[in-house]
Amino acid sequence: MPEPILAEGAAPGDSVTQPPLPEAVDRILTGWGRTSPTAARVITPGEPADVVRSLWSHNGATRPGVIARGLGRSYGDAAQCAGGLVIETGRLDRIGAINDAGEVEVDAGVSLAALLRTSLPQGWFVPVTPGTRQVTIGGAIAADIHGKNHHQDGSFCAHVTSITLATPTGVLQVSQSVDPALFWATAGGMGLTGVILGATIRMRRVETAWMRVDTERHGELQGLMDALERVDATHRYSVAWLDCSARGRHLGRGILDAGDHARASELGASAARDPLAAPHDARFKVPVALPAPLVGGLSVAAFNRAWYAKSPSRPGRIRPLGGFFHPLDALGDWNRLFGPRGFVQYQYVVPSERRDVIVSTLELLQRAGAACSMAVLKRFGPGDPGPLSFPMAGWTLALDLPVGPPGLRRALRELDQLVLAAHGRVYLAKDSRLGPVAFAAMYPRLSEFETTLRRVDPEGLMQSDLSRRLRIGSLAR
Amino acid sequence: MNDAFARPNSVLVLGATSDIARAIVGLLVRDGCERVVLAGRDQVRLAEAAGEAKEAGASFVATLGFDANEVDQAAGVVDSGFSAAGRVDLVVVGLGLLADQPEDERDPTRVTRCLTVNFTWPAAALTRVAEHFREQGSGRALVLSSVAGVRVRRSNYIYGSAKAGLDAYARSLNQTLAGSGGFITVVRPGFVVSRMTEGRSAPPISTTPDAVARDAVAGLERGAEVVWSPGYLAVIFRVLRLLPEAIWRRLPF
Ligand SMILES: Cc1cc2nc3c(=O)[nH]c(=O)nc-3n(C[C@H](O)[C@H](O)[C@H](O)COP(=O)(O)OP(=O)(O)OC[C@H]3O[C@@H](n4cnc5c(N)ncnc54)[C@H](O)[C@@H]3O)c2cc1C
Repeated sequence: MPEPILAEGAAPGDSVTQPPLPEAVDRILTGWGRTSPTAARVITPGEPADVVRSLWSHNGATRPGVIARGLGRSYGDAAQCAGGLVIETGRLDRIGAINDAGEVEVDAGVSLAALLRTSLPQGWFVPVTPGTRQVTIGGAIAADIHGKNHHQDGSFCAHVTSITLATPTGVLQVSQSVDPALFWATAGGMGLTGVILGATIRMRRVETAWMRVDTERHGELQGLMDALERVDATHRYSVAWLDCSARGRHLGRGILDAGDHARASELGASAARDPLAAPHDARFKVPVALPAPLVGGLSVAAFNRAWYAKSPSRPGRIRPLGGFFHPLDALGDWNRLFGPRGFVQYQYVVPSERRDVIVSTLELLQRAGAACSMAVLKRFGPGDPGPLSFPMAGWTLALDLPVGPPGLRRALRELDQLVLAAHGRVYLAKDSRLGPVAFAAMYPRLSEFETTLRRVDPEGLMQSDLSRRLRIGSLAR
Repeated sequence: MNDAFARPNSVLVLGATSDIARAIVGLLVRDGCERVVLAGRDQVRLAEAAGEAKEAGASFVATLGFDANEVDQAAGVVDSGFSAAGRVDLVVVGLGLLADQPEDERDPTRVTRCLTVNFTWPAAALTRVAEHFREQGSGRALVLSSVAGVRVRRSNYIYGSAKAGLDAYARSLNQTLAGSGGFITVVRPGFVVSRMTEGRSAPPISTTPDAVARDAVAGLERGAEVVWSPGYLAVIFRVLRLLPEAIWRRLPF
């Protein structure tokens, strides 16, 4: 057990006179998919100590329920807590100095975009990045996020050397060797072990902010999957995008991007002038929610076909890092394109030998008439020890699906069964519709997670709409 | 919690013995709803409805007795329902009582009873439900209205007036819920062939409890404020509402 760090000598229940906390405001919150809005009191503390006070002052409230919220990039209801308190981390934004080993101490509210703006010019890249830079360190740890390099480097928390965590019973510093049970419960624990205040991350050395990318176009799924397997060993980063609307012998055709950080010597003259320039933030935003989805069945099919057509096979192209990792960040608030009913993302992983599940998925969605605007296929390496951490060795498929087609809900429930039967699981950071029974079957180490929860949160203070929906918690069963 | 498709995990049904309410519960439970609290008057039918919900797969089913003539009790019934369910994701307001026209027309007591059961009690209960939604920061409600209240007819004006009142009340209450996480959907079925309408001759366009339940749940998923069942009644009533009173009166239903 680690020594508890007491915030300025305080312990839960102490009533030392302190300056007032920032005011909490009532707000409607949703995830990135904009489904299931609920209202909560939202507080945005400016200091880690204020986070601790907000958390502890909510102890014993008539309606329990506190959860942290980063940038709200999880798709479903993970970062909302109806009727409870939501602690936003946006003002916890300090970034420490990066030492020679690449280790940097950062506050939980720091976004990967902000971290990269500081670190890239010094030649350091984040160890793992999702498909957007607009996620916080807290969100990255809580979801134990993965990137295109999972097959080589594992997920985010493998590169976290310590976490400072405010639990309902005390502030603790944990690592892979100090209280590993709590460290790994926090990795992928969706905020339920407490509020992460900060962490130390081990960064990756890069010579440039550019990527050398091999692009391959494959006319059918098995060839594409063979290629993905092949590049596991040859490239640090790989991902494939599938054309969901292709049928028959073209089912699952798609584009494979396999990349590595470019060496300085590989850059052209203009790029070589500033090899470590950080990517820009979004220059355009979708101003308002569209009254009807722009992303309907027909436009989706046309978009998929066009993307496929415009991406012929090309080896060794030098591309800016932003375009390779975060293509969607160029357009701010793009989730508004899906109209008022929002969209769901369904992401699962199944073991390597279960390629058939990918095939069945595409067929099932086509039968159900679901318009899939984006389908991304990747390979994972082995998972880490987190009991709720999502990645495990195998295939992961992520599907963006606008809410609307009447058969979609049922199709996804069928998909749950397919995934379960293959001993796979669904990613909580993307989920907005799984049920508690299927969830418990997909995450058989849930009870181990809840044992740790009982230790740090015996009263069940930490709650989110997701934890209520899936019945996760020390008092949940 | 409600999922991305507005499917609840727990439901409280006021007027749980009505055929439409039972059909709605059946659908929701088969879609994964686990906790069901059924409130109604007739204990025998209530037990039947509870058995049905269990059989459909609900893991927790509780029943609550109430009499919709006792308006003072409405808030208490809602409170008991919320505490029995823990957290309520969806409230279905399904109670209703047809008047016997023309027999009831000259009997103030019977008129009052019809207005109370169809309007006053549900309105009082909904007021309390809205309060719980505000506190929970979430919650959806399905309120069973009727096309009889959209444009009230001579032949059914007692029931029609009550439903007109409830319809307007629920939609307005929904406006007060903006920003609270709560949301109310009003369902306007056409003539439903059910226990309630037994012995009445069905007009040319009629529907069934199962069809209404499907439309109601689809409306919930859409986030609709008003759901017509069947859907084309929306179009028909757009026209009927414009008819001059003189013609409306002479229509043969
Ligand atoms: C376009 C796009 C692409 C994406 N691509 C990927 C991908 O490739 N790989 C991947 O793994 N994910 C991906 N994601 C998902 C995203 O990385 C995760 O959902 C991440 O958790 C979002 O971080 P956030 O700061 O927005 O957290 P939020 O969405 O605000 O919160 C997510 C969870 O983290 C918890 N949390 C946040 N901050 C803290 C804290 N300080 N302490 C404790 N808990 C906290 C919340 O309680 C919640 O449970 C993508 C999302 C989008 C929108």
